[in-house]
Amino acid sequence: MNGKYETHEHDVLIIGAGGAGLRAAIEALGQGASVGVVCKSLLGKAHTVMAEGGIAAAMGNVDAADDWRTHFRDTMRGGKFLNNWRMAQLHAQEAAERVRELEQWGALFDRTEDGRILQRAFGGHSFKRLCHVGDRTGLEMIRTLQDRGVQQGFDVYMECTVTRLLMDGGRVAGAFAYWRENGRFVIFKAKSVVLATGGIGKAWPITSNSWEYTGDGMALAYEAGAELLDMEFVQFHPTGMVWPPGVQGLLVTEAVRGEGGLLRNKNGERFMERYDPQRMELSTRDVVARAIYTEVREGRGTEHGGAYLDISHKPADYVKRKLPSMYHQFRELADVDITAGPMEVGPTCHYMMGGVRVDAETAASTIPGLYAAGEAAAGLHGANRLGGNSLSDLLVFGRRAGLAAAAYAKAQNSPSIDSGQIEAAEREVLAPFERQGESPYVLHEELQQFMQKQVGIFRTEADLQSAMGKLEALKQRAQKLAISGSRMFNPGWHLCADMKSMLTVSEAVTRSALARKESRGAHSRIDFPKYDETWGKQNNIILRQGDEMNLQQRPTKELPDDLKALLADEKGAGA
Amino acid sequence: MADVVLKVFRGDRESGATADYKVPVAPGMVVLDALHYVQKTQAPDLAVRWNCKAGKCGSCSAEVNGRPRLTCKTRMDSLPQDKPITILPLKSFPVIKDLVTDVSWNYKVNKKIPPFTPRAGTDWRMQQADIDRVQEFRKCIECFLCQNVCHVLRDHDKHEKFGGPRFFVRVAGLEMHPLDGVSRVGLLKNELGLGLCNITKCCTEVCPEEIRITDNAIIPLKERVVDEYYDPILRLVRKIRGAGSSAK
Repeated sequence: MNGKYETHEHDVLIIGAGGAGLRAAIEALGQGASVGVVCKSLLGKAHTVMAEGGIAAAMGNVDAADDWRTHFRDTMRGGKFLNNWRMAQLHAQEAAERVRELEQWGALFDRTEDGRILQRAFGGHSFKRLCHVGDRTGLEMIRTLQDRGVQQGFDVYMECTVTRLLMDGGRVAGAFAYWRENGRFVIFKAKSVVLATGGIGKAWPITSNSWEYTGDGMALAYEAGAELLDMEFVQFHPTGMVWPPGVQGLLVTEAVRGEGGLLRNKNGERFMERYDPQRMELSTRDVVARAIYTEVREGRGTEHGGAYLDISHKPADYVKRKLPSMYHQFRELADVDITAGPMEVGPTCHYMMGGVRVDAETAASTIPGLYAAGEAAAGLHGANRLGGNSLSDLLVFGRRAGLAAAAYAKAQNSPSIDSGQIEAAEREVLAPFERQGESPYVLHEELQQFMQKQVGIFRTEADLQSAMGKLEALKQRAQKLAISGSRMFNPGWHLCADMKSMLTVSEAVTRSALARKESRGAHSRIDFPKYDETWGKQNNIILRQGDEMNLQQRPTKELPDDLKALLADEKGAGA
Repeated sequence: MADVVLKVFRGDRESGATADYKVPVAPGMVVLDALHYVQKTQAPDLAVRWNCKAGKCGSCSAEVNGRPRLTCKTRMDSLPQDKPITILPLKSFPVIKDLVTDVSWNYKVNKKIPPFTPRAGTDWRMQQADIDRVQEFRKCIECFLCQNVCHVLRDHDKHEKFGGPRFFVRVAGLEMHPLDGVSRVGLLKNELGLGLCNITKCCTEVCPEEIRITDNAIIPLKERVVDEYYDPILRLVRKIRGAGSSAK
């Protein structure tokens, strides 16, 4: 390997420092591995910090009848049975222990009368299941994990962007990255790598996601030859802010509905009666998002094109205590007092159910030594994720990924990395300084516009075909992105690297959406509005073949009889 | 729509000056939106740190018209529009570039603090009333605005001897955790320099999470240090009992 680069060597390299990455790091450290965590932002700023409503775990503290079986069933029903059932089972079985662990590391959840962890209702969950801290559960979680990891002694490489995975033959060998601060390159050499890079929301203009969520992990895995799974399933959270323009897409937690918030259209009708009369506001996110979108499209939207969400019938003190950040967010950014009147809300691109295909037990991808956990991985949530199942996902599968990555590293020799890969990675990253061409900001905006219009909540063959054409053209233009200035903290240059990831995942989403000729969960085809039995039993798999993106279908795994019996059981809500 | 002029610091550790950018103001626009507009249209290499744009991550701190703020929560219409809006990096930390400062010192201070250590044999039952005050401290989003305005750091550069309000809040959260079993009072006195704080409450004033840093964290911690090190009766009692250093 070339000696001119700053190089760090670890047993396990973790890319991403949100809930999944930090939980993986803690577990790998516990196994005695040397662990490096590399992240695009400062430690503690990852998107997990924005998670509001809670962590789903069948602890039964409020509803004693709840257990893992009902959590499993709700998750499968919410995912329209496309979930990897083994992941859903492990998740439901292990979530409660992972929450207790957080408490033992210092997290302070809201309490029940008898001093246990309080749980609240949420969409698609049959019981009060979400462990929470007001509406800032994610902050509590990330701070707890961060402090735990720091005390255990992981090395954190903050504000550092990985642009390529490095390989040793067929196995992963590390990553090539640059420091955002000064643009210098850095090589991470590692026996195993965990991708915990989160989602892809920044390919859409109206999103709850921050600038980091450009699909890096999925794109890195794809480039390295790993399989991506069910990329058509993009969750639009039903309630983002719609006004004023600057805050469009900002998340309004589902906890507002969990605490009793009501949805109405401009005529004052509780329109959920028409879409899911049983569960009403606490229906699953795919259903509520489509309902709001439909109300607006059919002319019953609010002044700024949304629906009204009202919690003002609850006592003002209660609202401020249980939803403090919502109270402040609306008061400060929209001049709305949510204790006195309704909020205006509409769908916002929020979460990626698809991602790197992984083994349920170990979070291993199809590349030796490469693991993925959290939003970057796929399988647990199927066609639609239930609120609260993301934070528990991060803990359960972050831990499993860390465990397996450390075990794998223990059994391996140090990999070798040829300098050709590194030089190619360097050339690619520096190219925007050396050519004349377009601004990455222009391309990003164009991408977002057609992804919103043509690869959004409702999809058609014609729209998706048109989006494919536009993606092809953008890919060509992206070869000529140009940027001025120096390599010192240069956001325009950083966006060039992010654009590459966004184009890869956008193409994967669009191709998969074109292929799936049915409507299921978050994937709604106007031209194929119903479930299709064949599609209900197969996954879309994306795989790189040379420079071409290849798509194929693979049958899902049959459920064992005991789990089948659980799903057939009609006790509890859910549909 | 009316245009406003932003005067934004451009430069690095060595040198720099403000540059003017014209920005059209849209309804509800915040200062961070205006900075993004500048990046998109005039200065793609303008360095700004941000993440959530919702006041939850504490990344986008800067000094707006002389006042330390989260730029994502500072509405343009809350500032006078007839004169330029000045946006400078946090003064208490070294500039990396433009509005991005080197806050790594904070992460080093944090490492000195012993983690939550549960008392043996706890059943993990806690009453809400007993954790309310700790939950207040745990609202901290680490925007470091409190560190930025603290005189001990801002004017006297005591970074080596002083932890700063952010870490007094963090220690208070641990010390007042109903199930925590270790004392950090010695650390507060000796390594975090709590005594240097002269309770001017500047930190409390700028906290975007409205944590009552001085009243609820710093003053009770100062009392614990006094009890431990300066109360003659308590010292005598401890001497007689032969107790260790626990001040809990």
